[in-house]
Amino acid sequence: MQQWLDDLIAGTAWLQALPTGLVYTIGILVACKLILLFSSLLAGEVVWLERRVSGRMQARIGPNRVGPQGLLQFLADGVKLLSKEDVIPATADRPVFVLAPILVYLGAFAAFCVIPFGYGLVAADMNVGLFLVLAITSIEVVGVIMAGWASNSKWAVLGAMREVAQMISYELPLGLSALAIALLAGTLNLTDIALQQEGWLWNWYVFRGPFAFAAFFLFFTAALASLKRAPFDLPEAESELVAGFHTEYTGFRFAIFFLAEYSAMILFSMLAAVLFLGGWSPGFPVDLTGPAARWIGFGILFAKTAFLLFVMIWVRWSLPRFRIDKVMYLCYKVLLPLSVVCVLGLSLQVLLGEVLWGDQSAFGRWLMGLGVHGGIR
Amino acid sequence: MSVLSSLVGPLGPGPLGAAPLAASADMAEYVPVLVMLVFALLFAALNLGLSFVLGKKAPSNPVKDAAYECGMPPLSEAHQRFSVKFYLVAILFVLFDIEVVFLYPWAVYFQQMPAFLFFEMLLFIGILLLGWWYVMRKGAVNWARE
Repeated sequence: MQQWLDDLIAGTAWLQALPTGLVYTIGILVACKLILLFSSLLAGEVVWLERRVSGRMQARIGPNRVGPQGLLQFLADGVKLLSKEDVIPATADRPVFVLAPILVYLGAFAAFCVIPFGYGLVAADMNVGLFLVLAITSIEVVGVIMAGWASNSKWAVLGAMREVAQMISYELPLGLSALAIALLAGTLNLTDIALQQEGWLWNWYVFRGPFAFAAFFLFFTAALASLKRAPFDLPEAESELVAGFHTEYTGFRFAIFFLAEYSAMILFSMLAAVLFLGGWSPGFPVDLTGPAARWIGFGILFAKTAFLLFVMIWVRWSLPRFRIDKVMYLCYKVLLPLSVVCVLGLSLQVLLGEVLWGDQSAFGRWLMGLGVHGGIR
Repeated sequence: MSVLSSLVGPLGPGPLGAAPLAASADMAEYVPVLVMLVFALLFAALNLGLSFVLGKKAPSNPVKDAAYECGMPPLSEAHQRFSVKFYLVAILFVLFDIEVVFLYPWAVYFQQMPAFLFFEMLLFIGILLLGWWYVMRKGAVNWARE
């Protein structure tokens, strides 16, 4: 980001006349605005995709009237929700009730600033990127429990309690399986993690041995659960809890919860693509770090993200819902020990790679999770 | 945010002998995060304001303003005590999540001295798994028991 702005300033005469700090500030504002547009528009389109895919899976058509193939359906829905009445229950705790959807959206959206959309296409290129994503997304939990408790409705309280129990529990396997990749990459900077997976397909972290392969599925499962997607959608199980923690929310307040949910889906799909599926690497050696080529990289990363989003929708319409005690059982008795095994297995793999082959041989480098170009940047 | 940076500060320069990023210790790196938070806040607040202006305003009545309870008037407050299982989950989360946070610096520095760090962490995870085994034997997540 900063390097990009520096290049821009060096190449443009009238920008050099302005104070550098001002250019940086405007650059950051524009970048954040673009990310906001990207995530909110894409979230709308994912809602459309979900409805179309579920329609296909249930042998019906789904929304296809507004715009080509129904692509603009989300705009029509947005306008409808904007013109709806905003009902707040008389028994609700008003300030908390009002604040809750904003907090949930904050948690789902702000983490986008460390996600690299392509080489250099990142708002905040920081060394703690991966950690920051996990930290910011856990703000969502606070918003959820505020919404449930402030609604003062039994369904909402039950849904919020379940959801919080589920989200915080699944943060453990999620954190541990992401940690497995931090172990291979030796950094938490998401751009560096993506760069180390350049080259052939087997350089993607998902293909670096059995433990990394397992870590990808653990990560994806835990992400599904912490996104409260089916088969882990207990907190808002329609058939038993009405709508869970957002039962009492109407109009655009509800829409913000919805938007936050789909933004978080996009966020975790992108994160999984960057961590495990090679980021913007197409699976063969090609340099996508040039000023124009990085947009091709963005396209490739976007395709991987879209595929993972499709898988999430696919899973939702294929699998039945778990029971809440089974969800807890799965987390603490299956996923948690498995992810610890993954972390230990990968550390053993790195150790073996270092001791037996060393970082001079290609196989040793592959085992240790190093990139083809040696160090980091 | 300063808490976060002090927590992860030691991770500054990347391992493998790579040069540290230009602004790694600089708080300026966090400006976009702040901007994103403000943008999210503004986006939500503006849309809610717009919905307030455009939205329908119908007269309220006690039935409409009541919390939803399957069409019946709510029988009691929803703010009641809830099952102790949830507290247990919260405590387990605090325990294990702190372990995960401790593992992150370990993972980042692992490749620099893998042999030493591997056996150190074997000890750490061993103790952790002992605790995990105890908690599971006690049936902490065995919700179906009753």
